[in-house]
Amino acid sequence: MSADVDLWAVPLAVFAGAIRAGSPFLFVSLGECLTERGGRINLGLEGALVMGAMSAYGGAVLSGSPWLGLLAAIVAGGLLGLLHGLICSLPRVNDIAVGIGLMLLGIGLAFFLGKPFIQPRAPGLPAFELGAWSSNPLVREALRINVLFPLGLAACALMHLALTRTRWGLALRCVGDSQDTARALGLPILRLRLSATALGGALAGIGGASLSLFYPGSWNEGLSSGQGLMAVALVVFARWQPWRCLYAALLFGGAGALGPALQAAGVTGAYHLFNAAPYVLTLALMAFASERTGAPGELRLSR
Amino acid sequence: MSATSASAVAVLRAAPDPRLAAALRALAGTVGALALAALLFGAFLVAAGHDPLAVYALLWKGAFGSAFAWQNTLLRAAPLMLTALCVVLPARAGLIVIGGEGAVLMGGLAAAALGVHLGGLGGMALLPMALAGALAGGVWIGLVGLLRERRGVNEAIGSLLLAYIAAALFKHLVEGPLRDPASLNKPSTPALPDAARLGELAGSGVHAGLVIGVLACVLAHLLIHHTPWGFGLKVAGGNPRAGRMVGLPVGRLAIAACGLGGAAAGLAGMIEVAAVHGAANSALAAGYGYAGILVAFVARQQPLAILPTALLVGGVAASGGLLQRRLGLPDATVNVLQGFLFLSILVAEPLFQAVAQRIRRRRPR
Repeated sequence: MSADVDLWAVPLAVFAGAIRAGSPFLFVSLGECLTERGGRINLGLEGALVMGAMSAYGGAVLSGSPWLGLLAAIVAGGLLGLLHGLICSLPRVNDIAVGIGLMLLGIGLAFFLGKPFIQPRAPGLPAFELGAWSSNPLVREALRINVLFPLGLAACALMHLALTRTRWGLALRCVGDSQDTARALGLPILRLRLSATALGGALAGIGGASLSLFYPGSWNEGLSSGQGLMAVALVVFARWQPWRCLYAALLFGGAGALGPALQAAGVTGAYHLFNAAPYVLTLALMAFASERTGAPGELRLSR
Repeated sequence: MSATSASAVAVLRAAPDPRLAAALRALAGTVGALALAALLFGAFLVAAGHDPLAVYALLWKGAFGSAFAWQNTLLRAAPLMLTALCVVLPARAGLIVIGGEGAVLMGGLAAAALGVHLGGLGGMALLPMALAGALAGGVWIGLVGLLRERRGVNEAIGSLLLAYIAAALFKHLVEGPLRDPASLNKPSTPALPDAARLGELAGSGVHAGLVIGVLACVLAHLLIHHTPWGFGLKVAGGNPRAGRMVGLPVGRLAIAACGLGGAAAGLAGMIEVAAVHGAANSALAAGYGYAGILVAFVARQQPLAILPTALLVGGVAASGGLLQRRLGLPDATVNVLQGFLFLSILVAEPLFQAVAQRIRRRRPR
């Protein structure tokens, strides 16, 4: 094995992984960010993500169009998000427990309904070949940018604008920071929260679609590795800011690519340990960078 | 005489034993929630083109319909009782711990690694193995409590991350340093000597882990409801500020509750290794830690209520194979039912109350 190739392969693979594996993190953390700005935590985004992945794949197989698959993922994720919002609007219901229930239900439904789609191949989403100029296949692979990634950048910008510059965003932040104030102002608390959790679920659904329709680009029961749950930690790290969600997602995508990249480069001894890197990273971030600045006041996490 | 007895009856009616009344109300709520789940799941089956009555009949048959079904159900209920305690005990301190699976893996691995060397101890080999399993699980979930109390890491997310880390560590050790070179296709630790195996209960086909599970639930009940420590835990969990004001070590109580819960889950791992698998391998990650969350919530965080609930959830899991073979349903059918069950338990009580309130408002007395 020649040393010069290996030397470049690892950082290149980590860079590629940051974008490729970071896309699901980006969408699902944006979804969680929006949900939490309304004052609720939704662990059920993991269920929305898996359900989204299944719906996208199934939709693409049945219709022949990956875009219709993406739409199916948005609808499925949005419905699960809406359900979380509705159940949490009942009195004395714990949003974290509801999230766990929705995670179980979403994953169960996805496995149940997705059984017929494990075998067939779905048409994948297109990608931008930004590395076409290079003759190095590694570089080309690394610069093959998933069409959902720029969409994620747009979603970041849109959410930032919506939260800071629109009446809806201001009202949602008010609901998330102090329900009493929101009630005194006469804001439609239920409707605002429902819209935020439903949109959050839809974003998680897109994250699932990027798993099943781009990378790894298949549907099976081991597709998600808990991205929907880690999103909660990502949002803490991102201090509830959409743009910071982007950096966090890239960091986690890169960390997740470290294990396979090292294995490909011949470092196989601790493969599983390197695969745990994103989880260790999350835990470390939550333990040592856990200034709660920017946390919505109604959030159970900050109490 | 009759007047006094009448008024006594009236007083009794007005103020029945509050604990009995509360227990009855909780039972009614749970039964209502089970009915709601059955209804929702039935509707789902109809929508998916299946006959719900046939599915329910088969569920019953696969769970409780024969001696073999009972054996299958009890084998699954045993670890569920212990992993449910890993949710119930921290819940008493106000924490939602959902990473019991990590403690199962760590406990099973510790017991397997130790048990291999204990062949010479005879029947005494099981005791150090159980201690090792409980210790490993206790430390793992205790860490969750520690991170929560000292560093403010949310325990639901922290425990789940630690479960993922435990799974990676488990795979690393079982496929690497602790691997039996003879296990070719399925990496595994060396097979346990006979002395380190947990036997069955008098030819029933059910291993002794069931007794341990039942005992643990009874002990947890006594600890929570009949000791000063349990009372302190309840106060600390119900109202941490009040707990601190009266001088309770709130943080330490929470960490201890996590540690005890983790020890129970670690013990579940040890039992699975010593009674079922005979070594630590990927079969240990069967999801008992996660199913334990469901058991704990359906049991409304009451240790004694875990016993029937573990039978119910274990029975549903046991009938999964039959549903697959007879009706051609996907193996995830059981997961869908579990999902509906979990949500129904959370939703039923507030939902029924809201409905009752609306009816009362419409018809003023």
